[in-house]
Amino acid sequence: MANTQTLRMVVNGEQVELEITPSDTLAMVLRERLGLTGTKIGCEEGECGACTVLVDGLPVNSCLYPAVKAQDRSIRTVEGLSKNGELHPLQRSFVEHGAVQCGYCTPGILLSAVALLEQNPHPTDDEIRRALSGNLCRCTGYLKIIEAIQAVAASQ
Amino acid sequence: MAYDDYVTPSSVEEAVAALASLRGAGRIISGGTDLILQLQHREREASCLIDVTTIRGLSEIKRDGSFVIVGAAATFAQLERHPIIRGQAPVLAQAASWVGSPQIRNVGTLAGNVVNAQPAADGSIALLALDAEAEIANLTGRQWVPLSSLFVSPGVSRVDATMEMITAFRFRPQASLEGSAFERFARRKALALPLINVGVRVQLDADRSRARAVRIAIGPVAPVPFRACEAEKALLDRELDEAAVREAAAAAALESKPRSSLLRAGKEYRVELVRVLTQRALSRAIQSARG
Ligand SMILES: Cc1cc2nc3c(=O)[nH]c(=O)nc-3n(C[C@H](O)[C@H](O)[C@H](O)COP(=O)(O)OP(=O)(O)OC[C@H]3O[C@@H](n4cnc5c(N)ncnc54)[C@H](O)[C@@H]3O)c2cc1C
Ligand code: FES
Ligand code: FES
Repeated sequence: MANTQTLRMVVNGEQVELEITPSDTLAMVLRERLGLTGTKIGCEEGECGACTVLVDGLPVNSCLYPAVKAQDRSIRTVEGLSKNGELHPLQRSFVEHGAVQCGYCTPGILLSAVALLEQNPHPTDDEIRRALSGNLCRCTGYLKIIEAIQAVAASQ
Repeated sequence: MAYDDYVTPSSVEEAVAALASLRGAGRIISGGTDLILQLQHREREASCLIDVTTIRGLSEIKRDGSFVIVGAAATFAQLERHPIIRGQAPVLAQAASWVGSPQIRNVGTLAGNVVNAQPAADGSIALLALDAEAEIANLTGRQWVPLSSLFVSPGVSRVDATMEMITAFRFRPQASLEGSAFERFARRKALALPLINVGVRVQLDADRSRARAVRIAIGPVAPVPFRACEAEKALLDRELDEAAVREAAAAAALESKPRSSLLRAGKEYRVELVRVLTQRALSRAIQSARG
């Protein structure tokens, strides 16, 4: 039987504490242990960005991120974006601009966009492209995603 | 995945002692962007991972006397933004900005890049152009060694991450009359390993017309990050005009031995990329050295 370790972290503003196996990835803990299946698994190799979550405000690929590294850190997932039943402005804008098709890339892209706007509230299109360069979308062709982010930037 | 234990020592001494007590079954992990995949694919084995990224000071970037010191656990995201790196080692800031994606740059570290020992590693190429040294800590103490002595063959470093660790890198900051630049070509602008990457550093003499020192590093054109010594020589003791830069770039192409790769590019194409990218990097570095 493998060892276990106690992981304490803040997930979407709530303190959680659970026993994990040291080789668990953060994606696995979020999805399988905490039931936060909004974080998607695509390639499991750091290439697609479907598993993107924010760790202390920075986007990381949770499929490659050992859960142990999240100790005492603050994690944000797509489930934490809406407040009191209201969609986050980026979520609403994605819906309004048709920036969501199959939706598989959407949680990861939203978190990359949240991190971008927190650091740079009025990005250029090129800055948006660079911020999303670790997130693949097979459906939308990206343009509507960029429009949706620009619309939120313009309104704030 | 194979490992059963994961520890986060709070000092370099503790990390080195943990490695020693594990007698080869432990291994240093930093960002894990190379190592986690290698463990998953069983290309490496370790029973215990020793995470050094939370050791105090290990990701610090600072000036110290005549050196810039970059902590081993500094991430590419830190490097691409840090004023000291942007101002005093542009070749490294530019290289960092090309690595992977934002998600990879937020966790991938310079020491991981070097110890993973890929001939095209963007961080290694920039450090080689900077003539950097690495500080290695093991049970016998700490010592500075030239970066160029750390590479054995693709994927094999002289640093044995089961017994020792890199704690920092250091190099001379770029002064006036100096310039550096990084050029890279890949299939896409993000998340694509380089077909060729080139880092250069140039120091001019006082009248700004000749080179006092030149370093040119190129990947992947040899089993290890490659220093183009013939191209460097071609620039010394002569007027640094366009013809000199062209001849140096041609010399770099001649001494580079890239391989053909079905996935990435044929060797003829890569040799041509060496010529073009070396010329661009030299021109930019010389221009910035002239101020
Ligand atoms: C999707 C993707 C894209 C990538 N794109 C690029 C790219 O464009 N350019 C590029 O150069 N690389 C790229 N990489 C490779 C990787 O991200 C880099 O090599 C990174 O710098 C590795 O650093 P790390 O901290 O994640 O290393 P880790 O994975 O933690 O470690 C790598 C190796 O170094 C050893 N090690 C780590 N730290 C130390 C230390 N302080 N002392 C001694 N040994 C140590 C480990 O034991 C291991 O053998 C990419 C990887 C992925 C997954
Ligand atoms: S699932 Fe993590 S990057 Fe693709
Ligand atoms: S909406 Fe389908 S992958 Fe992006």
